[in-house]
Amino acid sequence: MSVVNYDEDVLIKEQGFDDHFHDHHHGDKYQSNFITTYIFSQDHKIIGKQFLITGMIWAIIGAGMSIIFRLQLGFPDDSLTWIKPLLGKWITVNETTGIGTLAPEFYYALVTMHGTILVFFVLTAGLSGTFSNLLIPLQIGARDMASPLLNMLSYWFFFIAGVVMFCSLFLSTGPFAGGWTAYPPLSALPQASDGSGAGMTMWVASLVLFVVSVLLGGVNYITTVLNLRTKGMTMWRMPLTIWAFLITAILGLLSFPVLVSALLLVMCDRGLGTSFFLSEIFVGGEALNHVGGSPVLYQHLFWFLGHPEVYIIILPAMGLTSEVLSVHARKPIFGYKAMVFSILAIAFLSFIVWAHHMFMSGVNPFISNFFVIFTLIIAVPSAVKVFNWIATLYGGNIRFVSAMLFAMGFVSLFISGGLTGIFLGNAAIDIQMHDTYFVVAHFHIVMGIAAFFGMFAGIYHWFPKMYGRFMNETLGRIHFWGTMIGAYAIFWPMHYLGMAGVPRRYYRFDNFETFSHFSQMNQFITIAAIIVFFLQILFVVNFFVSIWKGKRVTTKNPWGATTLEWTTPIDAGHGNWPGNIPAVHRWAYDYGKDGVEFIPQIVPLTDEEKENEADLH
Amino acid sequence: MTTLIIILCLILIGIVIVQLGRVNELAGKIRGQEASENSANNFHGIMCIVFLIGFMIMAVWTTAYYKNWCLGYGPHTSASEHGELLDGVFNITVFFTAIVFVATQIALFVFGYIYRYKKGRKTLWLPHDNKLEIIWTAIPAFVMTILVVGGLDAWNTVMADVGPDEEYMEIEATGSQFLWFIRYPGADGKLGTKDYKKITGINPLGQDFTDAKNWDDFQPSEIVLPVNKKVRVRITARDVLHNFDLPHFRVKMDAIPGLPTYFVFKPTITTEQYRQNLKEYPEYNVLADPEDPENKKKLWEEFDYELACAELCGKGHFSMRKTVRIVTQEEYDLWLAEQQSFYMSQIRNSDEDPMKGKALDMEIRQRRMTFNNAVEKARASETDKVIRLDHVKFQTGSANLTDDSRYELDNLIGALNKYPEMVIEVMGHTDNVGNPTGNQTLSNSRAASVVNYLLNKGVNSSRMTSKGYGDKVPVEDNATAEGRAKNRRTEFKIISQ
Repeated sequence: MSVVNYDEDVLIKEQGFDDHFHDHHHGDKYQSNFITTYIFSQDHKIIGKQFLITGMIWAIIGAGMSIIFRLQLGFPDDSLTWIKPLLGKWITVNETTGIGTLAPEFYYALVTMHGTILVFFVLTAGLSGTFSNLLIPLQIGARDMASPLLNMLSYWFFFIAGVVMFCSLFLSTGPFAGGWTAYPPLSALPQASDGSGAGMTMWVASLVLFVVSVLLGGVNYITTVLNLRTKGMTMWRMPLTIWAFLITAILGLLSFPVLVSALLLVMCDRGLGTSFFLSEIFVGGEALNHVGGSPVLYQHLFWFLGHPEVYIIILPAMGLTSEVLSVHARKPIFGYKAMVFSILAIAFLSFIVWAHHMFMSGVNPFISNFFVIFTLIIAVPSAVKVFNWIATLYGGNIRFVSAMLFAMGFVSLFISGGLTGIFLGNAAIDIQMHDTYFVVAHFHIVMGIAAFFGMFAGIYHWFPKMYGRFMNETLGRIHFWGTMIGAYAIFWPMHYLGMAGVPRRYYRFDNFETFSHFSQMNQFITIAAIIVFFLQILFVVNFFVSIWKGKRVTTKNPWGATTLEWTTPIDAGHGNWPGNIPAVHRWAYDYGKDGVEFIPQIVPLTDEEKENEADLH
Repeated sequence: MTTLIIILCLILIGIVIVQLGRVNELAGKIRGQEASENSANNFHGIMCIVFLIGFMIMAVWTTAYYKNWCLGYGPHTSASEHGELLDGVFNITVFFTAIVFVATQIALFVFGYIYRYKKGRKTLWLPHDNKLEIIWTAIPAFVMTILVVGGLDAWNTVMADVGPDEEYMEIEATGSQFLWFIRYPGADGKLGTKDYKKITGINPLGQDFTDAKNWDDFQPSEIVLPVNKKVRVRITARDVLHNFDLPHFRVKMDAIPGLPTYFVFKPTITTEQYRQNLKEYPEYNVLADPEDPENKKKLWEEFDYELACAELCGKGHFSMRKTVRIVTQEEYDLWLAEQQSFYMSQIRNSDEDPMKGKALDMEIRQRRMTFNNAVEKARASETDKVIRLDHVKFQTGSANLTDDSRYELDNLIGALNKYPEMVIEVMGHTDNVGNPTGNQTLSNSRAASVVNYLLNKGVNSSRMTSKGYGDKVPVEDNATAEGRAKNRRTEFKIISQ
């Protein structure tokens, strides 16, 4: 296969769009000193890195929590005294035996925080925050976001949200412990759970700040994609990453405010004596005055966000995977338009399926019929995406770099986790499976691990763009196979637990004969989780060492990709392109066309291509 | 110490892996970029196949290993009628998803292997294929239609409430932090009304005891149900959300404060039968409690159906267990006969009882039965013609009848009407407290007061006389309070019948 070399600089200069950009480092208000360059930066590339590194810190905290509660589940009778220096009063040490036990309320706090942190801080902010910021301007050919200031604020609201959440971990009554979904009455009544006191207040405060961050970011992403595309970058020429980020931002904008309203009403019930979600409650030896509210109403509001939220998490991962698969298979993504339409279909359906989380919540069973139908319809666009990814590999020339491995891992996990969704979305099966480990297995594989794999694929692939160096490939590949095998080792067995009816959110299982037969499996899962956790530490080490010590990138376009970000200088400054903005002449997936390995988007169509295109229309 | 060693080991392993990574990269540099990338691509292409094979073997092996825990593949068949329906939908879904799972995973990793990087390989230009895309949109759509139709059919059958003419029994489950309260309707078959504001330490459900439907409700410590009888569980909660989860019966429904829900199911296997089924499986033929040398029972012998909570409700969420026992109708009737009404055994005449001091309809019925029996017995007896009027009481120191006395006196009128020939003597007795003359007078007037009541109710005066006996005819020792209470009494004697 031939490689045609283009002089990109010449192309950009000749074909590009002159927006009278002046590359002036001195006196540039965006990056004149350390603070404006690296901390209160308004450069989308730096903000993307800030989201990424903050997300990584949260990922380590959230995953560390899961290790502690996995120890409890795998080895409920073993001593946890060694962790007392970290957890303090939440470990009670028996004076005669010296065995330290985790306090049940803190177990529930850990489970709750793990969910909240991973869903919101890592897989929403850390994933779409990072890559929307990094890639939207670079791939559509923009100098920066539409509003760099709002973009900066978006990160700092996320940061403050994180600080508030982090502080809540140290409350004497403990952080919020009512599950990441925060269902009232449990979340509304400090009498019902210690964590529902100050812990819940801070949890709500943190999430409201977080939603501000999402909204500021989302408005920016949408505006940028719609208005700042370079000359020739029509919507149908955008890479699938950009489509995914655009739709993700729209989903966030439409759904997150509903969460805020739900949380606001909970706060009214907590503080102002209203009864939106509370009715006929006797707790703490006292009958409360709240009458007429419905806890189910909260669930409707919560899942009106909650369900789109899982697509907010997975769509960017899908976009990144599509891009990485195509680049490293050296083939156009199969069925580009079908991929876009399936993203749109999934996004639309995500708004009308929320009550499938509530089949067993006392909703009128008749209503569930609609939600079953819409939910299972989602399987169709999802299946199309999977088939298209696999078809992309067919006939390709696959380079097994770490990014590619993770993208393929994403597809494998998305299949495994997606198929179990067909069980849970069917209300009849959900009667038995609801709130069991089957659900835990399902969503961890399909939107936890799979989303992480999309993120890893993105990090390994765009690391050269972010830092001008490569990550260590050997470690990356060890990271991949270890995590791939480990993730299945953790979550695959949980399906069997679920089929046996073992409920999730149990502190220990030996109170019930029915649930107590799986201690070996639970030990196995815990050990696998610990190994996988250390593999992620390996990734973090690789990441940070590579920033300073990684192999240097020597060419602008090390992967031989077609998209615009690879036409910027290796260490692109503020404004991304030193001279003209490149103009776009073709879609993002001309790999292997007419025997040419890849044709960047900035290359004008040949006469022959123009004729063919005219024939098509 | 061990902790330290473990940490050190982990750090060492980490360093080894990192060094391995660096060395490998350096080695790659020496061998040349291309050669090392080639071997890496070959290696990971083969890894795809290795992983795929391992993954498929793992999937099959674990399924076989855990099949006895899956729905309906081993001993854990559904113990309810509707459960089989749900397990059926599950199996159809397993069938279709398994095919897709195996086919797509194989395609993914086999393509990975086949199309691993080779220098100079010409890739296929295949941006899209409308025919192919239509096919693989239509197939999932078709399969989903089957699953939706099957699933919804089962769902609407299972979740239907009981019909108006259906025969069923109703029980109530109330979730609270952190235990379940179970309430049965008692003999009347109806659960009494509740009000959460009436909840107290001894009235945990806030039952309204002025409601007669509550008087026979009982709260057993376990759920006992007759086999093959439809039961509707009314599910509520006292404080936060709970979930009524019966895994063996495929029953699950949230318990919500202020918003009662329900689940209707029909148990089909008795506990005893289920134990016999489990006996066939080796994993249930181990000792139930290996720690206890006294207990030689096998696991299957100790098996019980269990009720759990499946909605996070606070720190004790994992401990809300109750046992469920499914028995034959005969066993159920026996058990039912043993159950004591919660109201009668815990509340009646305590300070919590709004009906304190008042006779309940059921008590009045009970008294009438006892009285009539006593009359029949005395009429049949040759010698013992005296009947004691246990529930005829006077206000202290006076001959005024208490309100409650009329029920017993009405019973007496009933007996006199039934046997128009019967002539009686009403006899008053006191204890020995106070002076004998006073006692004599009091007993005279109390007996007369009874006769007076009867007269006013239209009993002919010729059929009765009254006589006071003072403290002269004690039936018990006057030295104790109980004895004296027994001695203060009103009786009547059948003179002729």
